[in-house]
Amino acid sequence: MLSFIVFFPLLGAAVIALLPLERERHAKWAAAATATVVLAAALGLFVAFDRDETGFQFVERHTWVSADIASFDIQYLLGVDGLSLAMVVLTALLGLVAVLISWNIELRPKEYFAWLLVLEASLLGVFTALDFLLFFIFWEIEMVPMYFLISIWGTGRKVYSAWKYVLFTFVGSSSMLVGLLVLAFAAGSFDIIELGRMDIREALLPTQVIFFLLLFGFAIKLPVFPLHTWLPDAHTDAPTAVSVMLAGVLLKMGGYGMLRISLTILPDVARDASLWLAAFGVVNIIYGALVTLVQTDLKRLIAYSSISHMGYVLLGISALGQVGLTGAGMQMFTHGLITGLLFVLVGLVYDRAHTRQIGELSGLAHKMPMIAVVMVIAGLASLGLPSLAGFVSEVTVFLGTFQKHEALTVLGVIGIVLTAGYILWMIQRVFLGERLPRWEGLSDATAWWERVPLVVMVAVIVLVGVYPAILADIIETGVQPIAERLV
Amino acid sequence: MLNTVPEAVVWAIFLLPISSFVIIGLFARPWPRWCGYITIAVVGLSFLLSLWVLDSVIQEDGRDLAFATHQWLTVGSLTVNLGLTVDGLTAIMLMVVTSVSFLVQVYSQGYMHGDPGYSRYYAFMSLFTGSMLGLVLAENLIMLYVFWELVGLCSYLLIGFWFERPAARAAATKAFIVTRLGDLGFLTAIILIWSQTGELDIPRIQEMAMAGAIGDVILTWLAAGVFAGAMGKSAQFPLHVWLPDAMEGPTPVSALIHAATMVAAGVYLVARLFPIFSASDVAMNTVAVVGGITAVVAASMGIVMTDIKRVIAYSTISQLGYMMLGLGVGGLAAGVFHLLNHAFFKALLFLGAGSVNHATNTFDMRKMGGLRRFMPWTFTTFVIAALSLAGIFPLSGFWSKDEILTDAWDERRALAWVGLVVAFMTALYIGRVVFLTFGGDYRGGEAPSTGSGQAPAGDHSSTRFQPHESPPVMVLPMIVLAVAAVLTGFLNVGEGVTHLLEGWLPPEALERTAKTEFNLGVAAMSLGFAVAGLTVAWLIYGARLLSAETLRRMFGPVHRLLVNKYYLDWLYEDILVRRVLVRGVSTGLDLFDRYVVDGVVNATAWATRFSASRLRLVQAGQLQVYGAAIFLGIVLIVAAILIVNP
Repeated sequence: MLSFIVFFPLLGAAVIALLPLERERHAKWAAAATATVVLAAALGLFVAFDRDETGFQFVERHTWVSADIASFDIQYLLGVDGLSLAMVVLTALLGLVAVLISWNIELRPKEYFAWLLVLEASLLGVFTALDFLLFFIFWEIEMVPMYFLISIWGTGRKVYSAWKYVLFTFVGSSSMLVGLLVLAFAAGSFDIIELGRMDIREALLPTQVIFFLLLFGFAIKLPVFPLHTWLPDAHTDAPTAVSVMLAGVLLKMGGYGMLRISLTILPDVARDASLWLAAFGVVNIIYGALVTLVQTDLKRLIAYSSISHMGYVLLGISALGQVGLTGAGMQMFTHGLITGLLFVLVGLVYDRAHTRQIGELSGLAHKMPMIAVVMVIAGLASLGLPSLAGFVSEVTVFLGTFQKHEALTVLGVIGIVLTAGYILWMIQRVFLGERLPRWEGLSDATAWWERVPLVVMVAVIVLVGVYPAILADIIETGVQPIAERLV
Repeated sequence: MLNTVPEAVVWAIFLLPISSFVIIGLFARPWPRWCGYITIAVVGLSFLLSLWVLDSVIQEDGRDLAFATHQWLTVGSLTVNLGLTVDGLTAIMLMVVTSVSFLVQVYSQGYMHGDPGYSRYYAFMSLFTGSMLGLVLAENLIMLYVFWELVGLCSYLLIGFWFERPAARAAATKAFIVTRLGDLGFLTAIILIWSQTGELDIPRIQEMAMAGAIGDVILTWLAAGVFAGAMGKSAQFPLHVWLPDAMEGPTPVSALIHAATMVAAGVYLVARLFPIFSASDVAMNTVAVVGGITAVVAASMGIVMTDIKRVIAYSTISQLGYMMLGLGVGGLAAGVFHLLNHAFFKALLFLGAGSVNHATNTFDMRKMGGLRRFMPWTFTTFVIAALSLAGIFPLSGFWSKDEILTDAWDERRALAWVGLVVAFMTALYIGRVVFLTFGGDYRGGEAPSTGSGQAPAGDHSSTRFQPHESPPVMVLPMIVLAVAAVLTGFLNVGEGVTHLLEGWLPPEALERTAKTEFNLGVAAMSLGFAVAGLTVAWLIYGARLLSAETLRRMFGPVHRLLVNKYYLDWLYEDILVRRVLVRGVSTGLDLFDRYVVDGVVNATAWATRFSASRLRLVQAGQLQVYGAAIFLGIVLIVAAILIVNP
């Protein structure tokens, strides 16, 4: 089942790539069909998942390179626990959204949709792989579609931003590769499940160094200040769908990696690093929010807000307890959803107005009431309004972290006022402001492929906000073993 | 006497209006008329159910009706329950919210008639009523916080209802952010209490506090945090600045949300957590003193404002301060009783102001005058409310104000004097409003403006020259409220309300409440100060024996300070937010991010490219160079080996 979910998008990509040129316009239909099937399968997993059980389910294990050749087995090992399942569902959902809001792509649509599906496959691979080497391979593959998607279909300084993204990721993953190899050779296994049970103290490098090397890779992805500057550029210059995937899913690879690898395999070092993690988390929250306040480009604004929101993930992780880790996992899911939606909306505005400058836009609510209403909902969710998805994850993070880092948590709470500031000012200026003749010709979201993502994402945001247990229960089963090892 | 109310009925009280919001939002929007009817019907039903609750609670002497709790979320050691608190305090709040909301919804039929946002208006009003009811019913701090934020959201949406007006959208954002500043404290307090006790259910926490299981310092911090939230929501100094601006919303919204109910939520919160507050002297003193300062400061600004709604808004802030003062000196029943009376007469004052605006198209009192002849009903009801606010015997305001003053007189005499001064100021500013608006001759009002949503209610009679009385749909609710403003004060003559409001308190907390005993001296003084205030108002604005102009010149600097609202808006908005936060810190960090953090990144990239481009020159394909390099390398290696290993 997991193999199907991971490789079906690749199959779809291959089919699209092989479409004859005169049937180019069918590419989007094939992509939509593929993404729909993947989403259905992911939801199937979500339903079939046994919530009473911790540990990995739907495990598929095959020897890939046997110990006869290497010094130990490299496996093809897939499986999901509650944490990865939440990420899989998120990826599948945003994967479909990304295809739908790209409906009007006219530049080389075949390649575009093929790359988009390859991206989805690699992300699903990252979240399901349980062999460290396999994990790393998926992690690396993800860069390829990203490079092409940003540099060909992007806007602005797209080539610069694409390179910046790739180089940053490369630096991170080379550091991660060193850590990975040292770790694996010390333990004699690439098996993440097994590594998660071992107590590794002796290796070629001190465990603190290994922890740092791995964390460095994840920190670039999350991203953690001061390694974040690739993010505003990449988000801003990427096409809408890629911004959605980038903010919605790719950042979560960082948080996921920390939980799945750093905390699970090296719990002792994690305990020592807890204060640092919390401190960087708070810096992310406050610094990100303060910088967001003065952004003038809608996409850059949301990009910086993501940095701030990822700080909550880091803060929750630093708690090293079940409540905080669950909060971090929930924040990853809800932020993916909310920020994904924000980028969809900004994309819709940009498609119509051809500008993202907050200073130029004004009074759009009159001409695009649906987009405005959804923007208000997404904005409120982003600023942590109760009854919408963001609130529960933030509060869970705060509750989980306070006992361990009192002062830092209180500083983190201040972030919610700054968030309210930049979100509401943005809405006030762009949507509620003076009605300008220049924007009288704009239309609302009318096409089905625009409306479906909006309605579905709002529905999920409200569902998780009103009934958070549907998400929290699953994530909790996933983080429980991690938390137990950290006690 | 009915049977004890079942739990499902209590849930229905707040879920009905919320479902009305959902129905309007999803389906009924295209039929505005029906949106109004649905809202009114649903709120009316909630009112009837609340009566049932009141009946059950009276049978229980105000004690908590025990209902089951339901789990909403469990994560590890964190359990968040959904549960209902139904006791005397809740029952009274339910009555206040549902009755005022019902009357305001009926009034809005006339006031909002023909507004293009009619459906949206009723959707938000439904959501507000449901959330406000949820807030007073919540048993759990997280659940309370959820509704606390939701009423704030409704307030935001309704202040900015006519978002075409720049002042309205700015006021909406300001209201949300200022109250959120207070909520910071509230949320931190919730986090603190959970980390200390592992509990989020209010009754459980209070039990622990009473049993001494929570340290004094923690209790004080907890109370301080909660009070910060209450200060934001109930517009206490120095977080009061959002409420006057909130008058940009439609007037019925001001009546319901920014006078009778939501702004009283802070008072309710302190009352709900009274056992915790009363365990800490520091907390109680803070509440009382902040309340007192707020009452004086707001009343002083009320005296000089020329916009009728702003005067009433400052009056609301001042009266909320009064309630806080009452709670702070231990007068739980007095404070909440004042909340109840205030809800009716203050809602009536706003509806009266709305009615006046309906007739004159302005809120500026300098353009009104003489309206008593054109609007007899509005005039009569408004005067009743004004006298009630001023605390004239035997109207409702007199009774609760007297209770607060008596409690303060017994507990902290200095604050009682503050209260008396405020009583004088209150009578002065509200007398001024009455004389300016209804006395003298009509000064012309303002021509009905055109354009959708520009004028409240977008009145359709542009041919009208004279102001006229509002339609019955607006006048009737005002009459009902006027009857309430006369009568509700008598409810507590036999201490019935006090009994109900204190029935749920644990014995330890009950001991710490102020025992109100009627004090003729205090009552006489309060009445005397009020009459003095009214007399001064009459001398200046009624009989015009004293010239307002001369007085203004005499108190020039004071007048300027008050008209400029103590320069607080300027300090907050221009200095702190715009200069310090946005242009200072944020812009600075943005530049730091672009040029330093990212600068290092780009410099690294540049250095790599630069060194590569230079090193590339070496790779020229010339064998001589390569050979020389190899030779040099060998020499260096051999030298190194010899040095290390001679």
